[in-house]
Amino acid sequence: MARGAGGGEAIMTTQESASRELHAHAAPQGFIRKYVFSLDHKVIGLQYYFLALVAVFTGMFLSLLMRIHLIWPTAVLPLVGEIKPEAYLSLLTMHGTIMVFFVLTTAPQGGFGNYFLPIQIGAPDMAFPVLNMLSFWTTFVGFVVLLAAFFVTGGAPLHGWTGYAPLSALQSSGPGEGAGADLWIISIAIFCIGALMGSLNFITTTLDMRAKGMSMMRMPLTCWAWFITAILGLLAFGVLLSGGILLLMDRNLGSSFFVPLVTINGQLTGHKGGSPLLWQHLFWFFGHPEVYIAILPAMGLASQLLSVFSRKPIFGYKAMVYAMLSIGFLGFMVWGHHMFMSGMSPYSAFAFSLLTMAIGVPSAIKTFNWLGTIMHGRLRFPTPMLFALGFVSLFVTGGISGPFLAQPVLDIFLHETYFVIAHFHLIMGVASIFGIFAATYYWFPKMFGRMMSETLGRWHFWLTFVGAYAVFMPMHYYGMAGGLRRYSQSTEVAYILNLLPLQKFMTFAAFVTISSQFIFLFNLSWSLKYGEKASDNPWEATTLEWTTVTPPPHVNFGGHTPVLHNGPYEYNVPGARRDYVMQTDPEVVKAH
Amino acid sequence: MASFSTTVTVDPSRLSSGDGGTLPPISAGGYGDRPDSDLPDYNTRLRRARIGLLAALTPILMLFVGFTSAYIVRQGLPTLDPQTNTMVRDWIPVKLPILLLFNTCILLFSTVCIEFARRRAKSDALLTFSTAISDGSRADEDKLPWLAITLVLGLCFLSGQGLAWRQLAASGFYVSTTPSSSFVYLLTGAHAIHLAGGILALFAAGLAALLQRSATRRSIVVDVTAWYWHFMTVLWVYILCLMEFAR
Repeated sequence: MARGAGGGEAIMTTQESASRELHAHAAPQGFIRKYVFSLDHKVIGLQYYFLALVAVFTGMFLSLLMRIHLIWPTAVLPLVGEIKPEAYLSLLTMHGTIMVFFVLTTAPQGGFGNYFLPIQIGAPDMAFPVLNMLSFWTTFVGFVVLLAAFFVTGGAPLHGWTGYAPLSALQSSGPGEGAGADLWIISIAIFCIGALMGSLNFITTTLDMRAKGMSMMRMPLTCWAWFITAILGLLAFGVLLSGGILLLMDRNLGSSFFVPLVTINGQLTGHKGGSPLLWQHLFWFFGHPEVYIAILPAMGLASQLLSVFSRKPIFGYKAMVYAMLSIGFLGFMVWGHHMFMSGMSPYSAFAFSLLTMAIGVPSAIKTFNWLGTIMHGRLRFPTPMLFALGFVSLFVTGGISGPFLAQPVLDIFLHETYFVIAHFHLIMGVASIFGIFAATYYWFPKMFGRMMSETLGRWHFWLTFVGAYAVFMPMHYYGMAGGLRRYSQSTEVAYILNLLPLQKFMTFAAFVTISSQFIFLFNLSWSLKYGEKASDNPWEATTLEWTTVTPPPHVNFGGHTPVLHNGPYEYNVPGARRDYVMQTDPEVVKAH
Repeated sequence: MASFSTTVTVDPSRLSSGDGGTLPPISAGGYGDRPDSDLPDYNTRLRRARIGLLAALTPILMLFVGFTSAYIVRQGLPTLDPQTNTMVRDWIPVKLPILLLFNTCILLFSTVCIEFARRRAKSDALLTFSTAISDGSRADEDKLPWLAITLVLGLCFLSGQGLAWRQLAASGFYVSTTPSSSFVYLLTGAHAIHLAGGILALFAAGLAALLQRSATRRSIVVDVTAWYWHFMTVLWVYILCLMEFAR
C-alpha cells in the first residue's frame, strides 16, 4: 500500500480518534455522571464497597436477631416482636444470602478489585467502562430485589442460602416460599448476571491492559487473586444461573426438575420424578468455588501486606501464584463433599474426600510462604498489618477443620451440627472480612487522601479478633457435642439444653463483636473528614497505586502511562538507596 | 472533605514514584510488552473486544453445560408410580417439529451472511485508512447488505422457533407435560433469548452505520457480533442434536 504524506497524517488522525473512543472517556461532569452513573472504575469500586457496607450491617443485624432468638426464644423484641421458628429460618436464609453474595463476593472483588486492579497494572480504566457501570447497578438491583422479599406476603424465604429443593421448589412448602422465594431466586439470578459482567471485565483488563513492562509475573499478588477469582466467577455463576432458571420453572411453570413425587399436608403436589440432589449438584458446583471467590482476594491482599509491612519480598512469589491457580482448579472438583449425607456412592465420596484434602497442599504452601515472608522481617504493625496477620490466623484455624469435614465418616456426624457453621464462618466469613478490613485500612489513604485513626483501628482489630474467636471457637465444641444447626430453638431438647450456657456465651460475644464494628464505622466516617492528611505513599510500598497522586486522578496517572522495571515486592534490596524499590524505578533489581 | 475525587487537577510534578523518585520518561502509553504507540489502535481495540467476547461466551457455555447435565441426569431418573407403587420412567420423548430443521437451515444461512458482513465491515475499516492515500473507490465493491440480511434471517429464526412452540403445544406437549418437553422449551427458549441479544447487537451495528459512526467502531461491533452469532449457531446445532439423539 502506497503511503503519501497526507495519507500518513490521515491514518494517524483516524487511529487517534478511534483510540479516544476506546478509553479516554472524558472526566465526568455533574453529580449524576460523577457519582451515580459513573464510568470511572474508582467510583464504581467505591459504590460496590459502600453497597457491601450496607449489606454487611444488614446481615449482622439479622444474625444478632437469630442469636437472641436462640437463647431467648420467646423474647418480644422492640419493632420486631416475637421471632417465630419460621421467621428464624427466614433470618437464617437472608443472613446467609446477603453475606455470601452481597458482602463476601461484592466487597473484595467488586469494591477493591474495581478500584485497584487497573491502577496496579497501570491501566487508565477497566476494559469496558460501560459494562462496569452496568455490573454495579445490576448488583444493586439484585440487592434491592432480595430485600424486597421481606415485605411481600409470607415474608422472606426459609430454605437457607443453599436453597435446597424441594423446599425451595414448591410455593406451598412454607410461609416464605411464595413470592419471597421467587424474589430470592430472581435476586440471585440478577446478581449472577452482574457478577459475570464484572468478571469478563476483570479478565479482559488483566490480559490486555497491563502497562509496559508489567508481565504477568510482575503483577502484584492482589491482581493475580482478582484475575483468578474472575475466572472462577465466569465458570461458576453460569451454572448457578442454570439451576436458578430450572428452580423458577419448577415453581412457576409446573416442571419437575427438582421435585419428586411429594405430598404437602397429605395432598399430592402434582410434581413427580424430579431430583432434589440434582439441585444440590448444580448448586454446589457453584457453591464450593464461591468459597474461593470470597477468600482468594483476601489471600492476595494478605500476601501484599505481609510483604509491605515485613519489608521483605514475598516468600515464593511463583509458588503463591501456582498455589492460587491450584486452589481455583481443585475448587471445581470437590463440590461433592457438601453432599456426603445424600447417600452418594462410597467410591464417589472417597474421590471427593481425597480431592478435598488435596486442596490442603496449596493452602499449606500459601500459609508457609506467609510465615516465610514475615520471618526475620523488620516488622511494622499498623492496623492493616494486624488485620493481615489476623487473616492468616483465621485462615489456619478455619482451614484446619476442613480436613475433618472432608472425611465422609466424620462428616455424617458433623454435617448437621454447628461444627460446620463454625468452620465456614471462620474460613469463608470472618477471614474474608478481615481481608476487607485490611484492604480498607491499607488503601483508605489512597482512596480518600487521609489516614484512618490508628488508635481506633487497633481497638477495632483486637475487639473483632478476640470477639470472632469467642463466637466461633466454642461453636466447634457445641457442634461436636451434638448442637444442631438450622434448629430455631435449642431449649426443647434436654441434651442440647445442657449446652445453653455455651450458646449464651456465643451470643454475648457476638454482641460485643458486632458492637465493635461501630468503632470501624465511626473511624471510617471521622477519618474521611478529620483524618491526618496522607502522603502519596504512606506505607512506603512499591506497587503502582503508590506512584500516582492521592486520590488518583481521572484515568489514574494524569495522562501518563507508567513503565515497569521491577517486580512488585522489591524490599530490602541489597545496594538500593532505600529499603524499597518502586516498580517504576529504573534502578536495576536482580531477581531475588 | 475527602470525597470520591476522581477528577482532581493533576500537577504532573506531583506524580512521583513513592517519595522522591520520579517516573521514568514516558515515551508511550502502549500496553503490555508491545511496541510503543500513542494510544490503543484498531487492532488493539479489536483484540480487546474479542477477549471480552471470549470471556462472555464462557458463562453462556457453562449455562448450557448446566442444562445438559440436568438433562442427562433427569432423563435417567425413575419415579414412583403411586398407582402401582413401582418405580417407572416418566421421560416421554418429544417428537420434535420438522420446522426446527427448517429453522436450523435459516440459522446456518444467517451465519454465512454475517461472516460476509464481518469481512465487509473489516475491509471498510481498513479502507478508512487507505482512503487517505487512494481515491477511496473499491473495485470489488460488494453491494449486498449482509448485515440486514442476517438481521432478517435472525428474526425469521426466532419467529420459526415461536411457531415450533405452537406446534408442540398443538400436539399436546406443554412445559409441564413431561420432563423432556420441559427441556425442549427450556433449551430452545434459553437459546432464543441469547440469539435475541445478537439481534440487538445487529441493530446497534446497523444504527452505527446509519448514524455514520466510524467504520472502525462499526467493524468491531460487527466482528464480535459475528463471532457471537457463529457461537449461537454451533450451540443451536448442539441443542438440536441433544434433543434429537439423546431422547
